[in-house]
Amino acid sequence: MKINTRSFFPFLFICLFSVPAILKAQDAKTQDATHCVVKKSPYRLSMDSGKVVYARQCLTCHQADGLGVGNMNPPLTGKDILGDKNKLIGIVIKGLSLREPIDGITYENVMPAHPDMKDKEIADVLTYIRNSFGNKASSVKVSEVKSVRSKLK
Amino acid sequence: MNQISNKLFYILMLAATTCQGSDATVTNGADTTGKLIKLSQPKPDVSLTMPSGFTATVFADDLGKARHISVTQSGYVYVKLDGFKNGGSIVRLRDINGDGIADEEFDFGNFKGTGIGIKNGYLYASSNEDVYRFKLNDAGMVADPDKPEKIITGLIARNTHQPKAFMLDNNGNIYVNIGAYNNSCQIADRQIGSLGIKPCPALDSAAGIWLFRSDKPNQTYADGTRFASGLRNVVGLDWNTVSNTLFVMQNGRDQLSYMFPQYYTDKESAEIPAECMYELHKGDNAGWPYIYYDQIQGKKILAPEYGGDGKKTSGEGTIDPVFTFPGHLAPLGLLFYTGNQFPEKYKNGAFIAFHGSWNRAPEPQEGFYVAFVPFSNGKPSGKWEIFANGFSGGPDKTASGRAIHRPCGLAQGPDGSLYVTDDAKGTVWRITYK
Repeated sequence: MKINTRSFFPFLFICLFSVPAILKAQDAKTQDATHCVVKKSPYRLSMDSGKVVYARQCLTCHQADGLGVGNMNPPLTGKDILGDKNKLIGIVIKGLSLREPIDGITYENVMPAHPDMKDKEIADVLTYIRNSFGNKASSVKVSEVKSVRSKLK
Repeated sequence: MNQISNKLFYILMLAATTCQGSDATVTNGADTTGKLIKLSQPKPDVSLTMPSGFTATVFADDLGKARHISVTQSGYVYVKLDGFKNGGSIVRLRDINGDGIADEEFDFGNFKGTGIGIKNGYLYASSNEDVYRFKLNDAGMVADPDKPEKIITGLIARNTHQPKAFMLDNNGNIYVNIGAYNNSCQIADRQIGSLGIKPCPALDSAAGIWLFRSDKPNQTYADGTRFASGLRNVVGLDWNTVSNTLFVMQNGRDQLSYMFPQYYTDKESAEIPAECMYELHKGDNAGWPYIYYDQIQGKKILAPEYGGDGKKTSGEGTIDPVFTFPGHLAPLGLLFYTGNQFPEKYKNGAFIAFHGSWNRAPEPQEGFYVAFVPFSNGKPSGKWEIFANGFSGGPDKTASGRAIHRPCGLAQGPDGSLYVTDDAKGTVWRITYK
Protein backbone atom coordinates (compact mmCIF):
# COMPACT_ATOMS: atom_id res chain seq x y z
CA MET A 1 0.00 0.00 0.00
CA LYS A 2 1.33 3.38 -0.95
CA ILE A 3 0.92 6.04 1.70
CA ASN A 4 1.31 9.67 0.81
CA THR A 5 2.92 10.77 4.04
CA ARG A 6 2.72 14.44 3.11
CA SER A 7 -1.04 14.53 2.69
CA PHE A 8 -2.29 11.92 5.11
CA PHE A 9 0.31 11.51 7.76
CA PRO A 10 1.97 14.81 8.53
CA PHE A 11 2.30 14.12 12.25
CA LEU A 12 3.60 11.02 14.00
CA PHE A 13 2.72 11.07 17.65
CA ILE A 14 4.72 9.04 20.10
CA CYS A 15 3.17 9.63 23.47
CA LEU A 16 4.48 8.09 26.64
CA PHE A 17 1.59 7.87 29.03
CA SER A 18 1.86 7.16 32.68
CA VAL A 19 -1.05 7.13 35.10
CA PRO A 20 0.53 9.39 37.75
CA ALA A 21 1.47 11.94 35.13
CA ILE A 22 -2.08 12.09 33.82
CA LEU A 23 -3.41 12.49 37.33
CA LYS A 24 -0.89 15.19 38.16
CA ALA A 25 -1.18 17.11 34.95
CA GLN A 26 -3.67 19.94 35.38
CA ASP A 27 -3.50 21.19 31.85
CA ALA A 28 -2.94 19.50 28.58
CA LYS A 29 -0.06 21.78 27.61
CA THR A 30 2.09 20.62 30.51
CA GLN A 31 1.31 17.05 29.67
CA ASP A 32 2.26 17.50 26.00
CA ALA A 33 5.45 19.30 26.79
CA THR A 34 6.74 16.79 29.29
CA HIS A 35 5.35 13.48 28.16
CA CYS A 36 4.58 13.59 24.47
CA VAL A 37 7.26 13.82 21.83
CA VAL A 38 5.66 15.19 18.66
CA LYS A 39 7.71 13.93 15.76
CA LYS A 40 6.95 15.71 12.51
CA SER A 41 7.82 14.68 8.99
CA PRO A 42 10.92 16.33 7.45
CA TYR A 43 8.58 18.19 5.10
CA ARG A 44 6.52 19.56 8.00
CA LEU A 45 9.66 20.54 9.93
CA SER A 46 10.97 22.35 6.86
CA MET A 47 7.62 24.11 6.38
CA ASP A 48 7.53 25.22 10.02
CA SER A 49 11.03 26.66 10.12
CA GLY A 50 10.57 28.04 6.60
CA LYS A 51 7.60 30.04 7.84
CA VAL A 52 9.77 31.59 10.57
CA VAL A 53 12.50 32.45 8.07
CA TYR A 54 9.87 33.90 5.71
CA ALA A 55 8.52 36.20 8.44
CA ARG A 56 12.00 37.51 9.14
CA GLN A 57 13.52 37.70 5.66
CA CYS A 58 10.74 37.97 3.08
CA LEU A 59 7.43 39.12 4.51
CA THR A 60 8.12 42.87 4.60
CA CYS A 61 8.31 43.02 0.82
CA HIS A 62 6.39 39.96 -0.39
CA GLN A 63 3.68 40.32 2.32
CA ALA A 64 2.01 37.74 4.56
CA ASP A 65 -0.05 36.35 1.68
CA GLY A 66 2.97 36.08 -0.65
CA LEU A 67 1.27 38.20 -3.28
CA GLY A 68 3.83 41.01 -3.26
CA VAL A 69 3.10 44.72 -3.74
CA GLY A 70 1.80 45.99 -7.08
CA ASN A 71 4.61 47.27 -9.28
CA MET A 72 7.11 47.16 -6.44
CA ASN A 73 7.66 43.62 -5.18
CA PRO A 74 6.68 40.50 -7.15
CA PRO A 75 4.17 37.87 -6.03
CA LEU A 76 5.74 34.52 -5.15
CA THR A 77 3.33 32.45 -7.18
CA GLY A 78 4.60 32.41 -10.75
CA LYS A 79 6.62 30.02 -12.91
CA ASP A 80 9.96 31.47 -11.77
CA ILE A 81 9.07 30.54 -8.18
CA LEU A 82 7.59 27.11 -8.90
CA GLY A 83 9.94 26.09 -11.71
CA ASP A 84 13.74 25.77 -11.82
CA LYS A 85 14.93 25.39 -8.23
CA ASN A 86 18.54 26.21 -9.03
CA LYS A 87 17.57 29.59 -10.48
CA LEU A 88 15.41 30.31 -7.45
CA ILE A 89 18.16 29.36 -4.97
CA GLY A 90 20.57 31.59 -6.89
CA ILE A 91 18.18 34.56 -6.64
CA VAL A 92 17.94 34.21 -2.86
CA ILE A 93 21.71 33.98 -2.42
CA LYS A 94 22.84 36.60 -4.95
CA GLY A 95 19.78 38.80 -5.27
CA LEU A 96 18.37 40.13 -8.51
CA SER A 97 19.30 43.34 -10.29
CA LEU A 98 16.56 45.86 -10.95
CA ARG A 99 16.45 45.18 -14.66
CA GLU A 100 16.02 41.41 -14.37
CA PRO A 101 12.38 40.40 -14.66
CA ILE A 102 10.43 37.86 -12.59
CA ASP A 103 7.88 36.05 -14.73
CA GLY A 104 8.44 38.63 -17.44
CA ILE A 105 7.80 41.69 -15.28
CA THR A 106 10.42 44.08 -13.90
CA TYR A 107 9.68 45.53 -10.49
CA GLU A 108 10.57 48.84 -8.89
CA ASN A 109 12.33 47.43 -5.83
CA VAL A 110 15.51 45.40 -5.82
CA MET A 111 15.71 41.81 -4.54
CA PRO A 112 18.67 42.02 -2.16
CA ALA A 113 21.30 39.32 -1.80
CA HIS A 114 21.19 37.20 1.35
CA PRO A 115 24.84 36.33 1.96
CA ASP A 116 24.23 35.52 5.64
CA MET A 117 21.39 33.04 5.16
CA LYS A 118 22.40 29.46 5.92
CA ASP A 119 21.81 26.62 3.46
CA LYS A 120 19.13 25.13 5.67
CA GLU A 121 17.31 28.45 6.06
CA ILE A 122 17.21 28.88 2.28
CA ALA A 123 16.03 25.28 1.75
CA ASP A 124 13.33 25.71 4.39
CA VAL A 125 12.07 29.09 3.24
CA LEU A 126 11.93 28.01 -0.41
CA THR A 127 10.11 24.81 0.56
CA TYR A 128 7.67 26.98 2.50
CA ILE A 129 7.19 29.44 -0.37
CA ARG A 130 6.74 26.65 -2.95
CA ASN A 131 4.03 25.08 -0.79
CA SER A 132 2.19 28.16 0.51
CA PHE A 133 0.07 30.94 -1.04
CA GLY A 134 -1.74 28.32 -3.13
CA ASN A 135 1.55 26.92 -4.47
CA LYS A 136 2.32 23.21 -4.75
CA ALA A 137 5.83 22.31 -5.84
CA SER A 138 8.69 20.04 -4.78
CA SER A 139 10.67 20.81 -1.63
CA VAL A 140 14.11 22.37 -1.76
CA LYS A 141 16.82 20.27 -0.12
CA VAL A 142 19.85 21.55 1.75
CA SER A 143 22.06 19.60 -0.68
CA GLU A 144 20.52 21.50 -3.59
CA VAL A 145 21.31 24.84 -1.94
CA LYS A 146 24.87 23.69 -1.21
CA SER A 147 25.33 22.67 -4.83
CA VAL A 148 24.10 26.02 -6.21
CA ARG A 149 26.17 27.98 -3.71
CA SER A 150 29.36 26.12 -4.63
CA LYS A 151 28.82 26.96 -8.30
CA LEU A 152 28.17 30.64 -7.54
CA LYS A 153 31.46 31.07 -5.70
CA MET B 1 -22.75 82.63 -5.34
CA ASN B 2 -22.52 78.96 -6.13
CA GLN B 3 -25.44 79.26 -8.53
CA ILE B 4 -23.70 82.02 -10.42
CA SER B 5 -20.47 80.05 -10.73
CA ASN B 6 -22.46 77.02 -11.83
CA LYS B 7 -24.16 79.04 -14.54
CA LEU B 8 -20.81 80.38 -15.67
CA PHE B 9 -19.53 76.81 -15.74
CA TYR B 10 -22.38 75.68 -18.01
CA ILE B 11 -21.85 78.62 -20.34
CA LEU B 12 -18.18 77.68 -20.60
CA MET B 13 -19.16 74.07 -21.16
CA LEU B 14 -21.53 75.12 -23.94
CA ALA B 15 -18.74 77.14 -25.52
CA ALA B 16 -16.46 74.13 -25.26
CA THR B 17 -19.06 71.90 -26.88
CA THR B 18 -19.18 74.11 -29.93
CA CYS B 19 -15.42 73.71 -30.35
CA GLN B 20 -15.57 69.95 -30.03
CA GLY B 21 -14.96 69.35 -33.71
CA SER B 22 -11.27 70.17 -33.62
CA ASP B 23 -10.45 66.99 -31.71
CA ALA B 24 -12.59 64.83 -33.93
CA THR B 25 -10.73 66.04 -37.00
CA VAL B 26 -7.29 65.13 -35.61
CA THR B 27 -8.07 61.44 -35.34
CA ASN B 28 -5.71 60.60 -38.16
CA GLY B 29 -5.54 56.88 -37.54
CA ALA B 30 -2.22 56.91 -35.65
CA ASP B 31 -1.98 54.35 -32.85
CA THR B 32 -1.54 56.99 -30.24
CA THR B 33 -4.62 59.00 -31.09
CA GLY B 34 -7.98 57.76 -29.98
CA LYS B 35 -11.45 58.90 -30.83
CA LEU B 36 -14.11 60.53 -28.74
CA ILE B 37 -15.75 57.87 -26.62
CA LYS B 38 -19.22 58.28 -25.15
CA LEU B 39 -19.19 57.02 -21.58
CA SER B 40 -21.89 55.15 -19.72
CA GLN B 41 -22.75 55.81 -16.10
CA PRO B 42 -20.00 54.43 -13.80
CA LYS B 43 -21.02 52.17 -10.92
CA PRO B 44 -19.51 52.87 -7.49
CA ASP B 45 -17.95 49.78 -5.88
CA VAL B 46 -16.98 51.35 -2.55
CA SER B 47 -18.72 53.83 -0.28
CA LEU B 48 -16.60 56.81 0.78
CA THR B 49 -17.04 58.50 4.15
CA MET B 50 -16.51 62.25 4.45
CA PRO B 51 -17.48 65.08 6.80
CA SER B 52 -21.14 66.08 6.77
CA GLY B 53 -22.21 68.03 3.68
CA PHE B 54 -19.68 66.45 1.32
CA THR B 55 -20.65 64.07 -1.48
CA ALA B 56 -18.33 61.91 -3.59
CA THR B 57 -19.50 60.91 -7.07
CA VAL B 58 -17.66 58.54 -9.37
CA PHE B 59 -16.74 60.87 -12.23
CA ALA B 60 -15.15 58.11 -14.35
CA ASP B 61 -13.79 54.62 -13.81
CA ASP B 62 -11.71 51.81 -15.34
CA LEU B 63 -9.01 54.18 -16.55
CA GLY B 64 -6.17 51.88 -15.43
CA LYS B 65 -3.22 53.35 -13.56
CA ALA B 66 -4.66 56.85 -13.12
CA ARG B 67 -1.94 58.99 -11.53
CA HIS B 68 -1.98 62.79 -11.39
CA ILE B 69 -4.86 64.90 -12.61
CA SER B 70 -5.43 68.47 -13.74
CA VAL B 71 -8.56 70.41 -14.72
CA THR B 72 -8.78 73.35 -17.14
CA GLN B 73 -10.78 76.46 -16.32
CA SER B 74 -13.27 75.29 -18.96
CA GLY B 75 -13.79 72.01 -17.09
CA TYR B 76 -11.76 69.52 -19.15
CA VAL B 77 -10.30 66.90 -16.83
CA TYR B 78 -6.90 65.49 -17.85
CA VAL B 79 -5.64 62.31 -16.17
CA LYS B 80 -2.08 61.00 -16.61
CA LEU B 81 -1.86 57.24 -16.90
CA ASP B 82 1.14 55.15 -15.92
CA GLY B 83 0.03 52.87 -18.73
CA PHE B 84 -2.14 52.98 -21.81
CA LYS B 85 -5.85 53.03 -22.48
CA ASN B 86 -7.08 52.67 -26.04
CA GLY B 87 -3.50 53.40 -27.10
CA GLY B 88 -3.33 56.68 -25.18
CA SER B 89 -1.45 57.56 -22.00
CA ILE B 90 -3.43 60.68 -21.14
CA VAL B 91 -7.19 60.62 -20.72
CA ARG B 92 -9.27 63.72 -21.28
CA LEU B 93 -12.71 63.60 -19.68
CA ARG B 94 -15.63 65.95 -19.98
CA ASP B 95 -18.95 66.30 -18.25
CA ILE B 96 -21.20 67.57 -21.04
CA ASN B 97 -24.61 67.60 -19.37
CA GLY B 98 -23.48 69.07 -16.05
CA ASP B 99 -24.53 66.13 -13.87
CA GLY B 100 -21.06 65.81 -12.35
CA ILE B 101 -20.20 62.64 -14.25
CA ALA B 102 -17.93 62.39 -17.29
CA ASP B 103 -19.83 61.73 -20.51
CA GLU B 104 -16.99 61.82 -22.99
CA GLU B 105 -13.45 60.48 -23.11
CA PHE B 106 -10.54 61.17 -25.43
CA ASP B 107 -7.26 59.23 -25.13
CA PHE B 108 -3.97 60.50 -26.51
CA GLY B 109 -0.21 60.65 -25.78
CA ASN B 110 2.32 57.86 -26.16
CA PHE B 111 4.33 57.97 -22.93
CA LYS B 112 3.25 56.51 -19.62
CA GLY B 113 4.07 58.38 -16.43
CA THR B 114 2.71 60.28 -13.46
CA GLY B 115 2.96 64.07 -13.68
CA ILE B 116 0.43 66.40 -15.29
CA GLY B 117 -0.26 70.13 -14.98
CA ILE B 118 -1.77 73.10 -16.79
CA LYS B 119 -0.18 76.54 -17.08
CA ASN B 120 -0.33 79.47 -19.51
CA GLY B 121 -2.25 77.65 -22.22
CA TYR B 122 -0.23 74.43 -22.13
CA LEU B 123 -0.83 70.96 -20.78
CA TYR B 124 2.39 69.55 -19.30
CA ALA B 125 2.83 65.81 -18.72
CA SER B 126 5.79 63.64 -17.78
CA SER B 127 7.13 60.20 -18.53
CA ASN B 128 9.68 58.72 -16.12
CA GLU B 129 12.53 60.38 -18.05
CA ASP B 130 11.05 63.39 -19.83
CA VAL B 131 8.58 66.24 -19.53
CA TYR B 132 6.41 67.23 -22.51
CA ARG B 133 3.87 69.93 -23.17
CA PHE B 134 0.87 70.19 -25.49
CA LYS B 135 -0.61 73.50 -26.63
CA LEU B 136 -4.20 73.95 -25.51
CA ASN B 137 -6.76 75.76 -27.62
CA ASP B 138 -9.08 78.40 -26.17
CA ALA B 139 -11.61 75.76 -25.15
CA GLY B 140 -9.00 73.85 -23.16
CA MET B 141 -8.53 71.03 -25.67
CA VAL B 142 -5.15 69.77 -26.81
CA ALA B 143 -4.57 71.38 -30.20
CA ASP B 144 -2.36 68.63 -31.63
CA PRO B 145 -2.40 65.46 -29.49
CA ASP B 146 0.20 63.74 -31.68
CA LYS B 147 2.87 66.42 -31.43
CA PRO B 148 3.90 67.31 -27.91
CA GLU B 149 6.96 69.49 -27.41
CA LYS B 150 9.69 67.91 -25.31
CA ILE B 151 10.70 70.34 -22.57
CA ILE B 152 13.04 68.27 -20.41
CA THR B 153 14.80 65.06 -21.35
CA GLY B 154 17.16 62.40 -20.02
CA LEU B 155 16.26 62.43 -16.33
CA ILE B 156 17.39 59.46 -14.26
CA ALA B 157 14.89 56.61 -13.96
CA ARG B 158 16.29 53.39 -12.49
CA ASN B 159 13.17 51.44 -11.56
CA THR B 160 12.96 52.70 -7.97
CA HIS B 161 11.17 56.05 -7.44
CA GLN B 162 10.87 56.86 -11.12
CA PRO B 163 7.83 59.17 -11.35
CA LYS B 164 8.69 62.69 -12.43
CA ALA B 165 6.03 64.56 -10.56
CA PHE B 166 6.27 68.31 -11.15
CA MET B 167 4.87 71.73 -10.28
CA LEU B 168 4.63 74.85 -12.45
CA ASP B 169 4.90 78.31 -10.87
CA ASN B 170 3.76 81.67 -12.25
CA ASN B 171 7.28 82.77 -13.21
CA GLY B 172 7.92 80.30 -16.03
CA ASN B 173 9.58 77.69 -13.80
CA ILE B 174 8.94 74.00 -13.54
CA TYR B 175 10.02 72.08 -10.41
CA VAL B 176 10.62 68.40 -11.15
CA ASN B 177 11.04 65.61 -8.62
CA ILE B 178 13.88 63.21 -9.37
CA GLY B 179 13.54 60.43 -6.82
CA ALA B 180 16.40 58.50 -5.23
CA TYR B 181 16.97 55.23 -7.07
CA ASN B 182 17.31 53.28 -3.84
CA ASN B 183 15.98 53.12 -0.29
CA SER B 184 18.77 54.48 1.88
CA CYS B 185 21.91 54.70 -0.30
CA GLN B 186 23.47 51.46 0.94
CA ILE B 187 26.35 49.80 -0.88
CA ALA B 188 23.80 47.06 -1.71
CA ASP B 189 20.24 48.43 -1.74
CA ARG B 190 17.95 46.91 0.93
CA GLN B 191 20.53 44.28 1.93
CA ILE B 192 20.75 43.47 5.63
CA GLY B 193 24.06 44.70 7.06
CA SER B 194 25.04 46.80 4.02
CA LEU B 195 26.31 50.22 5.08
CA GLY B 196 25.50 53.61 3.61
CA ILE B 197 27.79 55.23 1.03
CA LYS B 198 29.21 58.61 2.01
CA PRO B 199 28.92 60.88 0.18
CA CYS B 200 25.81 59.33 -1.32
CA PRO B 201 26.32 59.34 -5.14
CA ALA B 202 22.58 59.50 -5.83
CA LEU B 203 22.50 63.09 -4.54
CA ASP B 204 24.35 64.38 -7.63
CA SER B 205 21.55 63.66 -10.05
CA ALA B 206 18.55 62.48 -7.98
CA ALA B 207 16.96 62.64 -4.51
CA GLY B 208 15.88 66.22 -4.96
CA ILE B 209 13.80 68.78 -6.81
CA TRP B 210 15.32 70.17 -10.00
CA LEU B 211 14.40 73.52 -11.48
CA PHE B 212 13.95 74.07 -15.23
CA ARG B 213 12.26 76.62 -17.47
CA SER B 214 8.77 75.64 -18.53
CA ASP B 215 9.07 77.14 -22.07
CA LYS B 216 12.48 75.94 -23.28
CA PRO B 217 12.67 72.75 -25.38
CA ASN B 218 14.98 69.78 -24.81
CA GLN B 219 16.51 70.85 -21.52
CA THR B 220 18.85 68.35 -19.85
CA TYR B 221 20.50 68.25 -16.42
CA ALA B 222 22.99 70.82 -17.72
CA ASP B 223 20.18 73.35 -18.27
CA GLY B 224 18.57 72.81 -14.87
CA THR B 225 19.62 73.54 -11.33
CA ARG B 226 19.14 71.50 -8.20
CA PHE B 227 16.54 73.47 -6.25
CA ALA B 228 16.43 71.28 -3.14
CA SER B 229 18.30 68.15 -2.11
CA GLY B 230 18.14 65.27 0.36
CA LEU B 231 14.57 64.34 -0.56
CA ARG B 232 14.17 60.58 -0.99
CA ASN B 233 11.13 60.69 -3.24
CA VAL B 234 8.46 63.32 -3.76
CA VAL B 235 5.31 62.60 -5.74
CA GLY B 236 2.86 65.04 -4.14
CA LEU B 237 3.86 68.68 -4.52
CA ASP B 238 1.96 71.96 -4.82
CA TRP B 239 2.50 75.68 -4.81
CA ASN B 240 1.19 77.50 -1.76
CA THR B 241 -0.23 80.79 -3.03
CA VAL B 242 -0.31 82.37 0.44
CA SER B 243 3.36 81.83 1.31
CA ASN B 244 4.28 81.82 -2.40
CA THR B 245 6.50 78.77 -1.84
CA LEU B 246 6.71 75.16 -2.97
CA PHE B 247 5.48 72.47 -0.58
CA VAL B 248 6.29 68.80 -1.05
CA MET B 249 5.43 65.48 0.59
CA GLN B 250 8.37 63.11 0.98
CA ASN B 251 7.98 59.33 0.98
CA GLY B 252 10.18 58.30 3.90
CA ARG B 253 12.63 55.43 3.97
CA ASP B 254 11.61 51.78 4.45
CA GLN B 255 12.64 48.73 6.44
CA LEU B 256 14.23 49.96 9.66
CA SER B 257 13.41 46.83 11.68
CA TYR B 258 14.12 44.48 8.77
CA MET B 259 17.65 45.77 8.36
CA PHE B 260 18.37 46.79 11.94
CA PRO B 261 16.37 44.55 14.31
CA GLN B 262 18.86 45.37 17.07
CA TYR B 263 17.55 48.97 17.14
CA TYR B 264 13.92 48.79 16.04
CA THR B 265 10.88 46.60 16.71
CA ASP B 266 8.47 45.88 13.86
CA LYS B 267 5.91 48.06 15.66
CA GLU B 268 8.31 51.04 15.76
CA SER B 269 9.35 50.41 12.16
CA ALA B 270 5.70 50.58 11.08
CA GLU B 271 5.30 54.08 12.56
CA ILE B 272 8.65 55.70 11.74
CA PRO B 273 10.09 57.52 9.97
CA ALA B 274 7.46 60.21 9.47
CA GLU B 275 5.99 60.98 6.08
CA CYS B 276 7.18 64.60 6.02
CA MET B 277 5.72 67.75 4.53
CA TYR B 278 8.46 70.25 3.69
CA GLU B 279 8.28 73.87 2.62
CA LEU B 280 11.17 74.34 0.21
CA HIS B 281 13.41 77.29 -0.56
CA LYS B 282 16.31 77.27 -3.00
CA GLY B 283 19.27 75.35 -1.62
CA ASP B 284 17.35 73.49 1.08
CA ASN B 285 18.55 70.05 2.14
CA ALA B 286 16.13 67.65 3.85
CA GLY B 287 18.88 65.23 4.86
CA TRP B 288 18.22 61.94 3.06
CA PRO B 289 19.94 59.46 3.25
CA TYR B 290 21.98 60.43 6.31
CA ILE B 291 19.04 61.22 8.56
CA TYR B 292 15.33 60.58 8.89
CA TYR B 293 12.68 62.35 10.94
CA ASP B 294 11.27 60.47 13.95
CA GLN B 295 7.91 62.12 14.66
CA ILE B 296 7.51 60.31 17.99
CA GLN B 297 10.77 61.71 19.38
CA GLY B 298 10.30 64.90 17.36
CA LYS B 299 13.92 64.73 16.18
CA LYS B 300 16.13 64.21 13.17
CA ILE B 301 17.82 60.85 13.73
CA LEU B 302 21.06 59.54 12.25
CA ALA B 303 20.23 56.72 9.79
CA PRO B 304 21.42 53.31 11.02
CA GLU B 305 23.30 52.75 7.74
CA TYR B 306 25.46 55.73 8.75
CA GLY B 307 26.09 54.72 12.36
CA GLY B 308 22.75 55.55 13.94
CA ASP B 309 21.02 53.48 16.60
CA GLY B 310 17.52 54.94 16.55
CA LYS B 311 18.46 57.58 19.16
CA LYS B 312 21.53 59.51 17.97
CA THR B 313 20.45 62.81 16.46
CA SER B 314 22.08 64.41 13.44
CA GLY B 315 21.33 66.61 10.47
CA GLU B 316 22.92 69.97 11.19
CA GLY B 317 22.03 72.37 8.41
CA THR B 318 19.08 70.32 7.22
CA ILE B 319 15.54 71.65 7.24
CA ASP B 320 12.79 70.45 9.57
CA PRO B 321 9.46 69.24 8.22
CA VAL B 322 6.60 71.72 8.60
CA PHE B 323 4.23 68.84 9.29
CA THR B 324 4.50 65.08 9.83
CA PHE B 325 2.30 62.04 9.34
CA PRO B 326 2.75 58.43 10.48
CA GLY B 327 5.20 56.29 8.51
CA HIS B 328 4.82 54.55 5.14
CA LEU B 329 1.39 55.97 4.26
CA ALA B 330 2.84 56.97 0.86
CA PRO B 331 1.68 60.53 0.10
CA LEU B 332 1.33 60.74 -3.70
CA GLY B 333 -0.86 63.81 -4.07
CA LEU B 334 -0.79 67.28 -2.45
CA LEU B 335 -3.25 70.07 -3.13
CA PHE B 336 -3.77 73.43 -1.47
CA TYR B 337 -7.46 74.18 -1.69
CA THR B 338 -8.10 77.67 -3.05
CA GLY B 339 -11.73 77.22 -4.12
CA ASN B 340 -14.87 78.80 -2.71
CA GLN B 341 -17.17 75.78 -2.70
CA PHE B 342 -15.91 74.09 0.50
CA PRO B 343 -16.43 75.60 3.99
CA GLU B 344 -14.02 78.30 5.22
CA LYS B 345 -12.02 75.79 7.28
CA TYR B 346 -10.65 74.25 4.08
CA LYS B 347 -9.55 77.49 2.43
CA ASN B 348 -5.81 77.36 1.65
CA GLY B 349 -5.48 74.12 3.63
CA ALA B 350 -3.69 71.03 2.35
CA PHE B 351 -5.32 67.87 1.04
CA ILE B 352 -2.99 64.88 0.85
CA ALA B 353 -3.74 61.67 -1.07
CA PHE B 354 -2.22 58.70 0.75
CA HIS B 355 -1.68 55.74 -1.55
CA GLY B 356 -1.46 53.40 1.45
CA SER B 357 1.40 51.46 2.99
CA TRP B 358 3.14 48.19 2.21
CA ASN B 359 6.16 48.59 4.44
CA ARG B 360 4.23 48.27 7.70
CA ALA B 361 4.10 44.46 7.38
CA PRO B 362 3.99 42.37 9.55
CA GLU B 363 1.98 45.10 11.32
CA PRO B 364 -1.38 46.00 9.69
CA GLN B 365 -1.18 48.30 6.68
CA GLU B 366 -2.56 51.85 6.86
CA GLY B 367 -3.51 54.74 4.62
CA PHE B 368 -5.62 54.55 1.45
CA TYR B 369 -7.35 57.84 2.26
CA VAL B 370 -7.34 61.57 1.59
CA ALA B 371 -6.21 63.60 4.61
CA PHE B 372 -6.59 67.29 5.37
CA VAL B 373 -4.39 69.75 7.29
CA PRO B 374 -5.73 73.27 8.00
CA PHE B 375 -3.40 76.17 7.14
CA SER B 376 -3.28 79.76 8.31
CA ASN B 377 -0.93 82.40 6.85
CA GLY B 378 0.84 79.72 4.82
CA LYS B 379 1.62 77.52 7.86
CA PRO B 380 -0.13 74.40 9.20
CA SER B 381 -2.52 75.60 11.90
CA GLY B 382 -4.08 72.49 13.40
CA LYS B 383 -4.18 68.72 13.61
CA TRP B 384 -4.53 66.55 10.54
CA GLU B 385 -7.64 64.53 9.93
CA ILE B 386 -8.86 61.90 7.52
CA PHE B 387 -11.06 63.74 5.03
CA ALA B 388 -12.22 60.96 2.72
CA ASN B 389 -11.91 57.30 3.62
CA GLY B 390 -13.19 53.96 2.38
CA PHE B 391 -11.14 53.70 -0.84
CA SER B 392 -9.70 50.34 0.25
CA GLY B 393 -13.12 48.70 0.49
CA GLY B 394 -13.03 47.92 4.22
CA PRO B 395 -10.85 47.59 7.35
CA ASP B 396 -9.67 44.07 6.41
CA LYS B 397 -8.55 45.26 2.98
CA THR B 398 -6.73 48.19 4.59
CA ALA B 399 -4.97 45.91 7.07
CA SER B 400 -3.90 43.39 4.42
CA GLY B 401 -2.96 46.11 1.94
CA ARG B 402 -5.21 44.48 -0.67
CA ALA B 403 -7.07 47.72 -1.26
CA ILE B 404 -9.60 47.99 -4.08
CA HIS B 405 -8.63 51.62 -4.75
CA ARG B 406 -5.48 53.56 -3.92
CA PRO B 407 -5.68 57.39 -3.90
CA CYS B 408 -2.98 59.07 -5.97
CA GLY B 409 -3.73 62.41 -7.63
CA LEU B 410 -5.70 65.47 -6.54
CA ALA B 411 -7.05 68.41 -8.52
CA GLN B 412 -9.40 71.30 -7.99
CA GLY B 413 -12.09 71.97 -10.56
CA PRO B 414 -13.08 75.49 -11.68
CA ASP B 415 -16.20 75.28 -9.47
CA GLY B 416 -14.12 74.32 -6.41
CA SER B 417 -14.87 70.58 -6.58
CA LEU B 418 -12.08 68.23 -5.54
CA TYR B 419 -11.06 65.43 -7.90
CA VAL B 420 -9.31 62.30 -6.60
CA THR B 421 -7.73 59.61 -8.78
CA ASP B 422 -7.00 55.98 -7.96
CA ASP B 423 -4.23 54.06 -9.70
CA ALA B 424 -5.39 50.58 -8.68
CA LYS B 425 -8.62 50.49 -10.69
CA GLY B 426 -8.55 53.85 -12.38
CA THR B 427 -11.51 55.51 -10.70
CA VAL B 428 -11.86 59.30 -10.59
CA TRP B 429 -14.09 60.78 -7.87
CA ARG B 430 -15.48 64.29 -7.79
CA ILE B 431 -16.11 65.54 -4.26
CA THR B 432 -18.55 68.41 -3.79
CA TYR B 433 -20.01 70.29 -0.84
CA LYS B 434 -23.55 71.55 -0.31
